[in-house]
Amino acid sequence: MSSLLYRLPSPFPCASGCLPQCITNTWKNLREKEYVGFATLPNQVHRKSVKKGFDFTLMVAGESGLGKSTLVNSLFLTDLHKDRKLLNAEERISQTVEITKHTVDIEEKGVKLKLTIVDTPGFGDAVNNTECWRPITDYIDQQFEQYFRDESGLNRKNIQDNRVHCCLYFIPPFGHGLRPVDIEFMKALQDKVNVVPLISKADCLMPSEIKKLKERLREEIDKYGIKIYQFPDCDSDEDEEFKQQDRELKESTPFAVIGSNTVVEARGQRVRGRLYPWGIVEVENQSHCDFVKLRTMLIRTHMHDLKDITCDCHYENYRAQCIQTMTSKMNADKRVESPIPILPLSTPDVETEKLIKMKDEELRRMQQMLQKMQQQMHEQDL
Amino acid sequence: RLTTVLARNYWTIRGNWDDRSISAVLNTDKNDFYYELLFWVQNKTARPLSLSGHVGFDSLPHQLVNKSTCQGFCFNILCIGETGIGKSTLMNTLFNTNFENFESSHFEPNVKLSAKTYDLQEGNVRLKLTIVNTVGFGDQMNKQESYQHIVDYIDTQFESYLQEELKIKRSLHNYHDSRIHACLYFISPSGHSLKSLDLVTMKKLDSKVNIIPVIAKADTISKSELHKFKLKIMSELVSNGVQIYQFPTDDETVSSINSTMNGILPFAVVGSTEEVKIGNKMVKARQYPWGVVQVENENHCDFVKLREMLICVNMEDLREQTHSRHYELYRRCKLEEMGFRDTDPESKPVSLQETYESKRQEFQVELQRKEEEMRQSFVQRVKEKEMELKEKERELQTRFEQLKRMHQEEKAKLDEKRRMQEDEINIFSKKKAATELLQGQTFNTNSSNLKKDKDRKK
Repeated sequence: MSSLLYRLPSPFPCASGCLPQCITNTWKNLREKEYVGFATLPNQVHRKSVKKGFDFTLMVAGESGLGKSTLVNSLFLTDLHKDRKLLNAEERISQTVEITKHTVDIEEKGVKLKLTIVDTPGFGDAVNNTECWRPITDYIDQQFEQYFRDESGLNRKNIQDNRVHCCLYFIPPFGHGLRPVDIEFMKALQDKVNVVPLISKADCLMPSEIKKLKERLREEIDKYGIKIYQFPDCDSDEDEEFKQQDRELKESTPFAVIGSNTVVEARGQRVRGRLYPWGIVEVENQSHCDFVKLRTMLIRTHMHDLKDITCDCHYENYRAQCIQTMTSKMNADKRVESPIPILPLSTPDVETEKLIKMKDEELRRMQQMLQKMQQQMHEQDL
Repeated sequence: RLTTVLARNYWTIRGNWDDRSISAVLNTDKNDFYYELLFWVQNKTARPLSLSGHVGFDSLPHQLVNKSTCQGFCFNILCIGETGIGKSTLMNTLFNTNFENFESSHFEPNVKLSAKTYDLQEGNVRLKLTIVNTVGFGDQMNKQESYQHIVDYIDTQFESYLQEELKIKRSLHNYHDSRIHACLYFISPSGHSLKSLDLVTMKKLDSKVNIIPVIAKADTISKSELHKFKLKIMSELVSNGVQIYQFPTDDETVSSINSTMNGILPFAVVGSTEEVKIGNKMVKARQYPWGVVQVENENHCDFVKLREMLICVNMEDLREQTHSRHYELYRRCKLEEMGFRDTDPESKPVSLQETYESKRQEFQVELQRKEEEMRQSFVQRVKEKEMELKEKERELQTRFEQLKRMHQEEKAKLDEKRRMQEDEINIFSKKKAATELLQGQTFNTNSSNLKKDKDRKK
């Protein structure tokens, strides 16, 4: 199974950062000639980042019962939600959306990752779901605000970055496409966080149905102008295999995923999957679902890109907006006169308009009467 | 007396009367009462007779069946479920035909019900099937009003049947019964529990229609999850007091299978109209990369059980329950609302006609009163309008007079001016005449002077 490798510029083809022996040898040869030495910068960056550790905040949103927790468990191969209490139907009739955070520290080959999963139980579950995304947008804004304050503070040594880097939105596979609640949610969040829509529980769709639904979703996302996370185009000097993989990735969005908490025996191997009387669905089988593509994209290749876009794009937008509102408030307080005096446009209210109309009518009537009388006088005189 | 004792027993068994009313009845409707009592006594002590030969009334059920078959049967199903959950596909699969339903959109502003009627025939049995679909159920942001449209639809069907029943000239045997006999409620396969919308809707419908809950798209739930899911659903329904339809267990021929099926509710179904080759047969199935889900395989889903229970075994019972339980409840509530009672305040039985007559009288009186009121208010308003108009007239009159006066003043002034001008003209003309005279005189004197000079010069 080919996996997308993180491409460092040559001469460092492997991800672990340790230099293969042949390269160090050539260096030694080069050193005698014209050698400065900053080609080792990527290696230094690598070392420092491993030492510092990484952090990533992932938000999952969608109605309950779509497999969010199962998918997160499958993605990170842990069990994040032990002893979860699910609400009954009658308790959910007027439920409000909560925000719950789980933070775990995981490590792989010396690289530490502090992973925070933000869950949104109760989204879309109540009978009346108007503005159910408001707690979620408030939470995201809160994190931005906290980072903004920290960044503008005096002691900036240990800033905690709690900003949400990616939001996985789970679309139910039982419908014909996007529903009103999906559209409203994605539109409310498109400017605050990277939204990645997913088709959940894809094991209820046949391959032809999956294709149709994906096309439908892509159409509707275009039609309603929803800005979801776009994969960055790969450089033109990458090799064909990489480009091909990248193209395949882009063509199969939104990903149709299946998650599983259990390990089953299939084809002589123990794999994560779901056991049915008619067959076994393997989570990591590319022909069964797009779970592998999602994992590759989210963790192996684009994790840093997601963080970058959050920092450079969404956070900067928030910051600019914040500063603008602050300065405009300050202007309003100082009562700065605008150079062009603007007369207040008094819209005549309905009452006065009516009176004016009545008076006009009366005037006209009186004028007519006067004319008649003058005519009469004329005739009398003649 | 014997009759009094018997009477007391009879009425207390019937459970409607107390001593006072018994004596009242005994005094008034003696003859009627005696006949009824006799009949009751005879029935209570009916002795079984044995036949010495074959009479032939054992063919009565066959006669009934023949008659019904000639008439044809009628069955109405209501399918409630979210858009895209598989209602139309399941109907197609159940009845082995293509009912040609179009995909509905997710953006309906309100829940609508669309009913279509089809004529099906199997063997020599004709079935008039009506399928009612809920369009746009579960798609709105605010779903608090969703159930109301469904309840209104069901009530409308009951109402039209009630109207037919209350008609003077009625034709019930020709009437196309549009009352809903069975309601299939499609539950989304989340695997956890019912949705809040499901619970709210089923609570509102359980006293109006036979609800059969089914788990839709059940090929997304594994066996162990399914078992837990079914238990959770049933416990939630029970704890919230929702009464779903129970297959009847009083008839010995079907009671065992029905009671087993009652324990398997809700049915987990998969629908498909596409066929896949398994072995050497073509079966209805869904083909996945990891296997094939066969619709009619009892190991894969409960479709066969649903078909058997809904159509093969209990269709007639569903119709009967609708008529005898749900419809009767509706009728009673409706008539009580209108003010009809079985017994009046003095606990005497009141017939429908008497109540109807008294109601009509009341209504007429009410109508007359309303008419009077309206007439009064109309007269009142006319008076007010008249007064307003008179006011306006007066105002106009005063203004007219004002204007007239102004005009006259103007005219007077103009006359003055004219006179003054004329005077001036007169003066001017006089002056002119005077000057002319003077001029003439001077001319004359000049000319006479000239003449004198001339004469002198000569």
